[in-house]
Amino acid sequence: MLINQFLLLGAALFCIGVYGVLARKNGVLVLMSIELILNAVNINLIAFGHLWGGESAISGQVFALFTIAVAAAEVGVGLAIILLIYRNRTSVDLDEVDMMKG
Amino acid sequence: MVAQNIAFGILAAASVLSALRLVTTKNVVHAALYLVVVLSSVGAIYVLLFAEFVAVVQILVYVGAIVVLFLFGIMLTRAQLGRADTLDNDQRGIAAVTALFLVGVLTYVLVDYFGDDKLPDYENMSQAALNAERGTRAVGDSIFSTYLVPFEAIGLLLTAALVGAIVLARRD
Repeated sequence: MLINQFLLLGAALFCIGVYGVLARKNGVLVLMSIELILNAVNINLIAFGHLWGGESAISGQVFALFTIAVAAAEVGVGLAIILLIYRNRTSVDLDEVDMMKG
Repeated sequence: MVAQNIAFGILAAASVLSALRLVTTKNVVHAALYLVVVLSSVGAIYVLLFAEFVAVVQILVYVGAIVVLFLFGIMLTRAQLGRADTLDNDQRGIAAVTALFLVGVLTYVLVDYFGDDKLPDYENMSQAALNAERGTRAVGDSIFSTYLVPFEAIGLLLTAALVGAIVLARRD
């Protein structure tokens, strides 16, 4: 197998995630697209670890595990924030959240 | 090797197609279910890369916990359960241009640099030697020796995030 198979799959998932973050306005769907981006990163970490072998293989796997843990924390806080937005303005439309605009 | 390539093709097609549907579907619950397909295929791709433990954690944490969290989020924000036309904003065109530009640049860079570099196939290594080098036991040893401090930091981060989520979402 070529290393590029995995790297290009990661790149494709990353760009689909970027499209989702830019084009969606429902807050929950934006968080789902961020998960796609994080998964693309994990594929790259494990593929490079596998490519170089030895200590790197272990490091790649451990870093992927850490990314998964950080992603879990991020989704918990993110969904709490989205819930708060919904409670304050009865919609999760992110285009309406523009209090920071001058 | 051929079998692995076929498996990779199927999994890559499944994950990319489901990811595309995830960012274009008009139904929020369907998006969560497409996310399950993407995450499971990515977990299977980890198995192809000899990372069984990460694959199991991917299924346990992502499919088992995070997707359920998303479904709760969909339920609690009372999203419209059928087709909804209010999920996308009006930047779809420019977002597609940005994503295509990014994929073009990344593809060019990766193909230019890595070209036809092959992954090592370890066919001359025994399963036991491979397990000793990168199996679950080696990953566990590494987490609790080399990466002990980051591991404790992750534990603290998860606790802080949990407390923060409860403080934010609590009704009082």
